[in-house]
Amino acid sequence: MTVTQSIAIPTTMQQEIVTAENLVAGYPGKTVWRGASFGFDRGELVAIIGPNGAGKTTLFRLLLGLQQPISGLIKIFNDQPKRGNPRIGYVPQRHIIDSETNVECLELVHLAFCGHRWGFHLSSKMGRKTALDALEAVGAAELAHQPLSVLSGGELQRVFLAEALVSNPDLLLLDEPLSSLDIRRAKELVQLVDRVVRSRNVTALLVAHDINPLLPYLDKVVYIANGKVATGKPKEVLTSERLSALYDVHVEVIRDSRGNVAIIGIEDHHGDEQ
Amino acid sequence: MQHAFEAGTLVAIIAGIVGYFVVLRRSSFAAHALSHIGFAGAAGAVLIGISPVFGLLLFTSVGGIGITALGPRASHRDVQIGTVLAFMLGLGVLFISLYTGYATEAYSILFGEILGISSLDVIVTAVAAMIILCAVAAVYRPLLFASLDEEVAEAKGLPMHMLGIVFMLLVALATSIAVQVVGVLLIFSLMVTPAAIAQRLAKQPWRALLASVIVSLLATWLGLFVAFYEPYPVSFFITSIVFIFYMVVRFIYPRIRWNPIRAQTKPLINRHYADQPCQ
Repeated sequence: MTVTQSIAIPTTMQQEIVTAENLVAGYPGKTVWRGASFGFDRGELVAIIGPNGAGKTTLFRLLLGLQQPISGLIKIFNDQPKRGNPRIGYVPQRHIIDSETNVECLELVHLAFCGHRWGFHLSSKMGRKTALDALEAVGAAELAHQPLSVLSGGELQRVFLAEALVSNPDLLLLDEPLSSLDIRRAKELVQLVDRVVRSRNVTALLVAHDINPLLPYLDKVVYIANGKVATGKPKEVLTSERLSALYDVHVEVIRDSRGNVAIIGIEDHHGDEQ
Repeated sequence: MQHAFEAGTLVAIIAGIVGYFVVLRRSSFAAHALSHIGFAGAAGAVLIGISPVFGLLLFTSVGGIGITALGPRASHRDVQIGTVLAFMLGLGVLFISLYTGYATEAYSILFGEILGISSLDVIVTAVAAMIILCAVAAVYRPLLFASLDEEVAEAKGLPMHMLGIVFMLLVALATSIAVQVVGVLLIFSLMVTPAAIAQRLAKQPWRALLASVIVSLLATWLGLFVAFYEPYPVSFFITSIVFIFYMVVRFIYPRIRWNPIRAQTKPLINRHYADQPCQ
């Protein structure tokens, strides 16, 4: 489907979806984080975790081309990030759906498919079919004719995921999809994202507050705190030694008998001068 | 009476369509403010002896662009918009007091005077209606998407600022012509309430648009019809009919419908979660 695969380039290059080298992000006069280097391959599920205000959403804004890096290199599909990249599916944080918004789910997903086209067109069979397929892919086909205003948090997240998937992207950016869900719903959504990632071979970056529901499925983790970024496989990154060395404070990573992780010692320090 | 019917029909169609986007974007206060800004324009036009609709068009268009210039999500900036609104009303009062003619002019700007509409006004209304229809047809899908899901639309590269300006200009135009029918103070009854009713009746935007147009058409026609036999203002009848429609749809309709669109409570058990094995 993608053009890049037909071009004869080394396999490793071809698979790389996102790369960053020594990336510094922020706004003029204020650095949010610096020194980020990472690479995400096709078909990987990556969690981006860290305390509030550490700059997790900033990373998404860079990838979406809504914000420019202060310095360093960021590439997406071996190209500069640009606004409106059709190969990215995006689910923003805190999607507010007004209780008066009576529009049905299928219409929202359909608009994500054709909403960028000008001119009047009541409804296309093909577009509606594509939208319905996207809803089916997230197990929400029966929500198609439900208005957005009556959905539960978990159902909304499924519909938003369908909205992101409808353009058949290669990269999914999910900003805090678990934040308003209880543990069971969060687990179900993570399983769904994992299924989507494996079956469609897309890369998904998922911003989360708590890494534990994600741990069994993750390929990589990006830990952002105190203006620094640690990245790698969860087992390598989430260790007391690695995080202590990176942040120059004593950090303890505690694991319980079920494999749940708690990171202690870093969140107290966050939010200070860069 | 024929002029009133022609202008009323055009205004009802336009207000029904533009009003749907106003409701979807939750910009009803901005729309309300635009009509008040238009009041100063209309009063100024009367003062210099031209048709109020020209003053309305000028002031609402400039006002609409001004509100957009406040920045993204400007339609939620109640305080700034309200401040300008009050100033404009004050300006309108000054113009009216400077005008030495009949006090009925002020009255008709505030509450509408469709029966006194001239053939020139009908032509201006028709031209404005055509412009609005063409513009809505051109930006229909992007405007709908940007109104429904701002953040995703922005990330998808839609020209949000341009769409914001187009939307406010549409509201400005629609307000200007609607003021002739219901007046500055009663603009809600044609620009917001029919669309709010429609939103409760239909889940698909094009159906909601249709319902919105039908409601405002019915209200306008019925209002004109009753006013032909009764010596009370048309705008009173229109606002009352719209209000009755709203009450019926808001309180009676959900009870008689076996499967209300807007369920008041969320289902206790979610079907497809219940189907799946819990891990």
